[in-house]
Amino acid sequence: MFAGVLHQIMSGIATGGIYASVALALVMIYQATHHVNFAQGEMATFSTYITLTFINAGFPYWVALGTAVVLSFIVGVAIERVLMRPLANAPVLASVGVFIGLLLIVNSLSGWFFDYTIKQFPTPFPDHPMLGGYLSGHELGSTAVTLIVLISVYIFFRFTRLGLAMRAAAFNPVSSRLVGVRVGWMLALGWGLAAAIGAIAGAMVAPVVFLDPNMMAGILLYAFAGALLGGIDNPLGAVIGGFMVGVIENLGGAYLVGTELKLTLALVIIVTVLTIKPTGLMGRKVFSRV
Amino acid sequence: MTNLLEAKGLHAAYGETKVLHGIDFAVRQGGVTALLGANGAGKTTALRAICGMVRTSGEISLAGKRIDGTATEDIVRLGVAQVPEGRGTFMELTVEENMRLGAYTRPAREATADFEHMFEYFPRLKERYKQQAGTLSGGEQQMLAIARALLLRPKLLLLDEPSFGLAPLIVQEIFRILARIKQDAGVSILLVEQNASIALEFAEDAYVLETGRIVMSGSSSDIVKDEGIRRSYLGY
Repeated sequence: MFAGVLHQIMSGIATGGIYASVALALVMIYQATHHVNFAQGEMATFSTYITLTFINAGFPYWVALGTAVVLSFIVGVAIERVLMRPLANAPVLASVGVFIGLLLIVNSLSGWFFDYTIKQFPTPFPDHPMLGGYLSGHELGSTAVTLIVLISVYIFFRFTRLGLAMRAAAFNPVSSRLVGVRVGWMLALGWGLAAAIGAIAGAMVAPVVFLDPNMMAGILLYAFAGALLGGIDNPLGAVIGGFMVGVIENLGGAYLVGTELKLTLALVIIVTVLTIKPTGLMGRKVFSRV
Repeated sequence: MTNLLEAKGLHAAYGETKVLHGIDFAVRQGGVTALLGANGAGKTTALRAICGMVRTSGEISLAGKRIDGTATEDIVRLGVAQVPEGRGTFMELTVEENMRLGAYTRPAREATADFEHMFEYFPRLKERYKQQAGTLSGGEQQMLAIARALLLRPKLLLLDEPSFGLAPLIVQEIFRILARIKQDAGVSILLVEQNASIALEFAEDAYVLETGRIVMSGSSSDIVKDEGIRRSYLGY
């Protein structure tokens, strides 16, 4: 029994890592715009197809992934500049409309270019149990990759000039312009980073759930639940929330509702957080004195 | 002395609402100019117009070059720093991060040396260095805002009501420091103030605005002497 629970927790952490990275991608855009990019999952799926295309073309795994990450970054920046920029001052519903449109378009593009059949996706990690059988090689490897991504993002935002400028632009665009920060580009950069993180998350999850155009639909829901649980305006909170949702999902699926109904757990978390503590566990606390 | 900043026939509007109706003003190289007037006269809008933050028509030139129609970020890079209305503090960030942002357009090493200068002017910022800026008092936030603007190494410093909401003693302290800064840094200053007496003491030239038009301009000493103007527009 105990070993079983431990096993569920461990693989919960492994899937939670994927939710954590997608949650981080959501937060990255939410912080700057106060909108949740519903198309984040579909963008990640499309990036995963790009990775697979490069792998099938004979590139080594990491080269293929790296190239797809860079391309995703560029496309993310371009989407912000071309699609979102004209809506900078538009009402919320206009942005929501564009997000939904983007979701449908990217989803259809995935199906059109790469067809709707379910595809296998390779893992670069060894195919045998590790850590005394609690985790598969892929679970352990993908968790490590997720952690590296999360730590790099943290270092970028905390310790670099550009990271500071991006945070400043999200908090206070007017003052940011007055110190010379190019706020519009910071926003575009946020979209690029979100898309790049999505590309990595997609490649880490695809070997588990298999690749099809709707691969990310459920994952986006879990990630959104994670972001809300941790606090949608707090990157660290969103990451922790993502891991928590992964563990809750696995334990609940195994002992509570069964695997068929796991996705409802995400909805339960979303509704519970929104009604009880809308700011999430680590939502932003701002001191202000007038 | 030549003019660093010149505005000619400057109009500004928020949407349909016109706020400035063709005003002319100038800031001399190395000088301090004050824009005075009651609430709603258009003082803040004039500063926003200089930094390209509102829709304008008319001419604005900095050191002889037109800057109207230029993006805010690029005007800043030409050497115009603004301490905006309400101080513009990055509340969620630390004092250190606020200062780093002030020096955003300059090489990091150069800026770090300037931090020491700022601590000489404002020792309290050093004490609060690692603290979240939102926890600072109003006076400290004003000091931080001035430091942030100076770290840009501006040619022209725009100050929007540095006395706003502060106790008289703190206001005096801030203007004492501003006088020192003006001497040391050789920066030209355009000061917007409702507190006319302290502004006229600090500035050499002044303009009095009323509902978007200039009703009087001249040297500060002339304006101080003009009792009519003082009574009707400056309220003291």
